[in-house]
Amino acid sequence: MANTINVSINGFPVELEKGKTILEAAGKLGITIPTLCYHKDLCVAGNCRVCVVEVVGQARLSASCATPCEEGMEILTNSLKVRNSRKHIIELLLAEHNADCTKCYRNGNCELQKLSSEYKIMTQEFIELAPLKKYSIDMFSPSIIKDDSKCIRCQRCVRTCAELQGVNALTVAHKGDKMRITTFFEKAMRDVVCTNCGQCVNHCPTGALVEKNYIEEVWEAIANPIKHVVVQTAPAVRIGLGEELGLPPGSRVTGQMVSALKRLGFDSVLDTDFTADLTIMEEGTELLTRLKKVLVDHDETVKLPMATSCSPGWIKYIEHMYPQYLDNLSTCKSPQQMFGALVKTYYAKARNIDPENIVSVSIMPCTAKKFEAYRPEMHDSGFRDVDYVLTTRELAILIKQAGLDFNKLEPAKFDRLMGDSTGAGVIFGATGGVMEAALRTAYELVTGREVPFKNLNIEPVRGMEGIRETSIKIENPLKEWAFLDGVELKCAVAHGLVNAKTVMDTVKSGTSNYHFIEFMACPGGCLGGGGQPIPTSPEIRKKRAEAIYAEDGALTIRKSHENPEVQKLYRDFLKHPLSEVSHHLLHTKYTKRERY
Amino acid sequence: MAIANQLKRVDFIFNNENDWEKVLSSSIKKKPQDLINELISSELKGRGGAGFPTGIKWKLAAEAKNDSKYIICNADEGEPGTFKDREILSKVPYKVLTAMAICGYITGAKEGFIYLRGEYKFLQTELQKAIDEFQYYCKEIKFDFSITIFMGSGAYICGEETALMESMEGKRGEPRNKPPFPTQNGYLDKPTVINNVETLVHTFTIFKYGAKKFYDLGVQYSRGTKLFSVSGDTPKPGIYELELGMSLQDFVYEFGDGDTKAVQVGGASGFLVPRKKFKDAAIGFKGKLTGISLPTGGSMMLFNSSRSMYNVLDNYLEFFREESCGQCTPCRVGCQQLLLGIKAVKRGEKPASYLEKLLRLTETMQLTAKCGLGQSVANSFSSIVENFQEEMIY
Repeated sequence: MANTINVSINGFPVELEKGKTILEAAGKLGITIPTLCYHKDLCVAGNCRVCVVEVVGQARLSASCATPCEEGMEILTNSLKVRNSRKHIIELLLAEHNADCTKCYRNGNCELQKLSSEYKIMTQEFIELAPLKKYSIDMFSPSIIKDDSKCIRCQRCVRTCAELQGVNALTVAHKGDKMRITTFFEKAMRDVVCTNCGQCVNHCPTGALVEKNYIEEVWEAIANPIKHVVVQTAPAVRIGLGEELGLPPGSRVTGQMVSALKRLGFDSVLDTDFTADLTIMEEGTELLTRLKKVLVDHDETVKLPMATSCSPGWIKYIEHMYPQYLDNLSTCKSPQQMFGALVKTYYAKARNIDPENIVSVSIMPCTAKKFEAYRPEMHDSGFRDVDYVLTTRELAILIKQAGLDFNKLEPAKFDRLMGDSTGAGVIFGATGGVMEAALRTAYELVTGREVPFKNLNIEPVRGMEGIRETSIKIENPLKEWAFLDGVELKCAVAHGLVNAKTVMDTVKSGTSNYHFIEFMACPGGCLGGGGQPIPTSPEIRKKRAEAIYAEDGALTIRKSHENPEVQKLYRDFLKHPLSEVSHHLLHTKYTKRERY
Repeated sequence: MAIANQLKRVDFIFNNENDWEKVLSSSIKKKPQDLINELISSELKGRGGAGFPTGIKWKLAAEAKNDSKYIICNADEGEPGTFKDREILSKVPYKVLTAMAICGYITGAKEGFIYLRGEYKFLQTELQKAIDEFQYYCKEIKFDFSITIFMGSGAYICGEETALMESMEGKRGEPRNKPPFPTQNGYLDKPTVINNVETLVHTFTIFKYGAKKFYDLGVQYSRGTKLFSVSGDTPKPGIYELELGMSLQDFVYEFGDGDTKAVQVGGASGFLVPRKKFKDAAIGFKGKLTGISLPTGGSMMLFNSSRSMYNVLDNYLEFFREESCGQCTPCRVGCQQLLLGIKAVKRGEKPASYLEKLLRLTETMQLTAKCGLGQSVANSFSSIVENFQEEMIY
């Protein structure tokens, strides 16, 4: 009795748990109440007021997202009073919003536009405010464009940046009519602590925050007969792309995606998974080397725990927030950048193409990758290693523009040389995946045996818990790794920068004794990246993760060191992990940054 | 509601017998429950404007279970036209401090704060001296209660109780969702009693003289006295303690300049009453919004026939446009639309019928805004536009 209450919505009774909101109660009855500031990933704000409902007996309307149900409440979600008020609020938002929808990047996937259409707001009776305010668009960041004229002040981005990411690059400033979402001292996004993770883009209901797109640049490169355009696709793209093209979350579309890329006119369609496997070879070896230097040589200049370096959002975060720990970062470049450096060297040589004529494009679930490609240190091939980074969403735009019927495409295979992928490479797309792939390889390298987990599935590092820990005891290692005998390798996984902060604080205070930590900037890892389809939610990310692990399970080769093309790369070009060529092309340095 | 027979001046608040030590020491010998009952039977309602029964508020906080609780004195007096709290804090600060301490005794709170309006910084030194002396006495009688001044920064919205708490917690001053209410989840998420300066002083009166003396003044639903900040076209502006329930007619007779065209009751967020309605309007709680009774935080602005009501409204709306925290849609955008709207009508860019559209907009603001600020913009807007429509158009 104590834990359930009864309310009625539009006359229909519903029983639900105590403490649930009116919005949740309505959802239980299959009634959708429109929302804008509400998001399943975030705390409740109750500031857009679009979700107001009438509680019989109360003089004012209540925001259903923020009002807990009380026993006996009679709720009306569609009374005349509610409808009129709701319509007014939508009209007000439209009056404030630069509603030039046809010229908006989010046209067709905008929550305000959808509401306006549902409520058939056909005229603008109120005075348009956007033209009266002289908004400027912040286009300085290589990743994110911020256009305040389209902002509806729902503060989803602010809550995302604070609650999910702990970055607080975005904040609310001023009050009244001047209230707006801005940055520290109203600097450009480029010049503040922004990690370019793009979670704000993913959570923005309108076009106020969007990725900087490079669609036209890529079309131009494809059309240029002199240019050889190479494309790489990140692991998480193949399980996200479908959503942008009308398929349900968790659809695995690897084959169709490759087929589509070929039809778009890319000269070579390759796989970032290949360099994910390569990352494991380099990073795994680096970890073992560090362990040896610490445990055997007692070299105090070598730092543990070693942190992964695949996530560019995480890299920018640690550069700003924990600059004293940059030596703990693996020196490995991310798979995207390893790929870029190899395309204009190894690949160019093998294919006998002048690297100057190669345009290297990557499709990423990520907006921070755009910034990463733009970093000055990412020119080790002698050229800019990755020329253009497109998000999953941008790829979908290319496909739509080319008029491809995605569902009818015959699945195709990646091109050779850098197109082989193992299951270990695929799971890079999920939180815990890098850790799992690294353990599969490192354990086997050290002991000569497979990791002691059923079907190679290292379950303790999977899942959506913000921080997960595991340890593997090394017993009976091969002779050269004898110093590791009996060592319990302690590992942690953190995703979402707010969790990264928690883990880093334990490292800082010395209360943790990890050897190896995987950090991913975005909730869920790359599958929940800032360049993935909108919307996102815990349920959607769960479906995408299931798809990733299904991809892994379906592959015959599931360990990075068994990737035949990676083996060939070492034979023909790199020689061995951490070789001189590797150091030059595949490893990088980091930059200390200020917070302000 | 009933209307009191005549305007009655009273002098409870500023009559200082300097007996706060006695009131404090005798009160904390009584049972908390008895004090609460006394307060409830006085029917004192909050004097900040909203009029929540003070006794019930204290009772709720007393019943809340938590290790720490807080008492906050809301001295962020920002409503245009009120200046009474300033006088209380400079003339009889000990009454406020004593009331806070008794409230602490009743509810179990050990810490109190005075949230002082940013513009009242000049009061800070003297007030701190009073607090120091007060604390010294508390120590002497071994009563554990501390009081700290928290300086506001000048935002009107921080007078709203939950925005005030956000501000105290170091955050942006934005109103919270209610429920939960401060008596359960207040400052630092702990049970908190937050009262207006004047409300606290009235509790002092009640604890000193007993509830009956307070209850016998005023009328049904509106017991006791209230401080009024009288300003505008009046020969005698100032602060007056008057019995509640007086008719506006009597008020204007006493304070008007003989040519009073309208009175704004309750500041920019209150109601404008035109001359023809003076007779029917009474000052007190309960009743319809624009009808007969007018709740108020105590701001009384008189306007004579030389004043343009369009300018008055324009001024209020400019104030709200700027002082809205900007968080919720109806208030942020609504205030801008109302201001631009009346300007457009005045300039002839919008038809007179556009005022109807704006009146409907204020209804929506009243129904849907997150806090009292956005909800009450409708009060002055509709009462001015409806009563002085010609002045809006021509």
